[in-house]
Amino acid sequence: MIEKKTRLLQGNEACVEGALAAGVTFFAGYPITPSTEIAELLSLYLPRIGGKFIQMEDEIAGMAATIGGSLAGHKAMTATSGPGFSLKQENLGFAIMAEVPCVIVNVMRGGPSTGLPTATAQGDVMQARWGTHGDHPIIALAPYSVPDTFYTTIKAFNLAEKYSTPVVILLDEVIGHMREKIEVPDHVDGIIDRKSPEKSPEDYLPYEAGPDQAPVLAKFGSGYRYHVTGLTHDFTGFPTTDPKQVKYLMDRLNNKIEMHKDDIIEAEELELDDAEIMVVAYGSVSRSAANAIRSAREAGIKVGLLRLKTIWPFAEKHLKKYADQVKAVIVAEQNQGQIVYEVERLIGCQAPVYAENRYDGELMKPEQILNRIKEVYRNA
Amino acid sequence: MSKQIRLSGSGGQGMLLAGIILAEAGIMSGKNAVQSQSYGPEARGGASKSEVIISDLSIDYPKVTKPDIMLALTQEAYSKYAGDMSDDGILVIDESIQLSGQDKCKVYSIPIIVSARDVLGRAIVANMVALGAIVKASEVISFESLESAVLKRVPRGTEELNRKAIQTGYELIAG
Repeated sequence: MIEKKTRLLQGNEACVEGALAAGVTFFAGYPITPSTEIAELLSLYLPRIGGKFIQMEDEIAGMAATIGGSLAGHKAMTATSGPGFSLKQENLGFAIMAEVPCVIVNVMRGGPSTGLPTATAQGDVMQARWGTHGDHPIIALAPYSVPDTFYTTIKAFNLAEKYSTPVVILLDEVIGHMREKIEVPDHVDGIIDRKSPEKSPEDYLPYEAGPDQAPVLAKFGSGYRYHVTGLTHDFTGFPTTDPKQVKYLMDRLNNKIEMHKDDIIEAEELELDDAEIMVVAYGSVSRSAANAIRSAREAGIKVGLLRLKTIWPFAEKHLKKYADQVKAVIVAEQNQGQIVYEVERLIGCQAPVYAENRYDGELMKPEQILNRIKEVYRNA
Repeated sequence: MSKQIRLSGSGGQGMLLAGIILAEAGIMSGKNAVQSQSYGPEARGGASKSEVIISDLSIDYPKVTKPDIMLALTQEAYSKYAGDMSDDGILVIDESIQLSGQDKCKVYSIPIIVSARDVLGRAIVANMVALGAIVKASEVISFESLESAVLKRVPRGTEELNRKAIQTGYELIAG
């Protein structure tokens, strides 16, 4: 029985399995390496379950149609890579402002521009945070294995529906394309579905949020009429410039993520209990780091790993927990240094923070991190 | 037990499928397995490699750093990818390949491509012949695990050809 469920899947395939387990019924996008398998498989599976797959004319339209599919009541997603993620930014901002639940997968490759289509990178973590204009909150998750991609994708849909917001999944080329053992369960508990309005269509105010600060957007076609806009709007969804209403909306957009940080943020703490050095890493590089800390431990160095699984909002609590305990922090990333600045900002005054980077398209080797651990340990 | 395996040839020789089959056979034997590949934008030609790690332990770093077992089907793949072999590793190459003389590991030079083309009548099964040879030479998994993984993956109607191909490869390694 177990053997049947144990499979060898790519990260991209596990993402699709996770999306299906979460209840996805709509995908719109424009295939791009290294995310293509996600579109390819959903074009096969979605029609079988009565869902819709649309290959749009470009990346921008892919994001726009994803928003439309969601407003019609579908669990909706799109998948892309760096160049497409750039093009999607304007509509991503629209989805944040209009509070449309959806999932955007960005399988990161080397950039800038078309860069390295088939090689790995983690260069889009700041773009995920601030790529679209204006003040805004964002949720971005970064899985590190094939099984983790399955569960992270389910979590992304759940958070999107719960907080009525877009959620970004930052896969990287290594995780997207590698094949690994995964036990795909027949059934997953805790799937969160879109709420329906409690009020009648006459009394319904789409952007009047409940105590959790998230609105309940009625499905288009269900008898509720309302206005959706990227302009700053009031409870009715129509534009407003009233400073009070503007501030209320801006605060609520931010609060609905801020007040639920404990529910959203996930990080794994490996061997940190007695650690004198903390390595911070995420995605594929956190696998190199896990390998490196094991070797360092064998050499008698007390080192641990904080593996970020939620990138945004940032795992401030997890990081600060060890700020006074450790003598140094190493942030290993497949870019020229992005998350390292966030770590420096938060705990840089308590412990020195070092960046360890690789950005030539090849996955960082454990030795690179191990050598840095040894060097930092000698000088600590 | 943890074995790093690299399969290389030219694009279109089925190295990716061979890697997937090997990893699946590893999983079917109750081990952990990770498969990855590197490729350029071109779909055919050039040197292509597929890497597999099969281990009793969990696998953190998913790429091969020092192959314990390596296959090369073309001269270009051999020159490009065989340089970082483990000294006590096993290198299985097609007999058409000229060795550099630098290899310290054990080398099996066998007629993989000729066997596929002339004995089995289909050059396309060279990857399966190679899998049979690798399994015999390294014992990384059992022949039975390989056989069931192959039969699970290959298109219907080609089972007998592929079964013969791995058997042929298995017999190319003496002993």
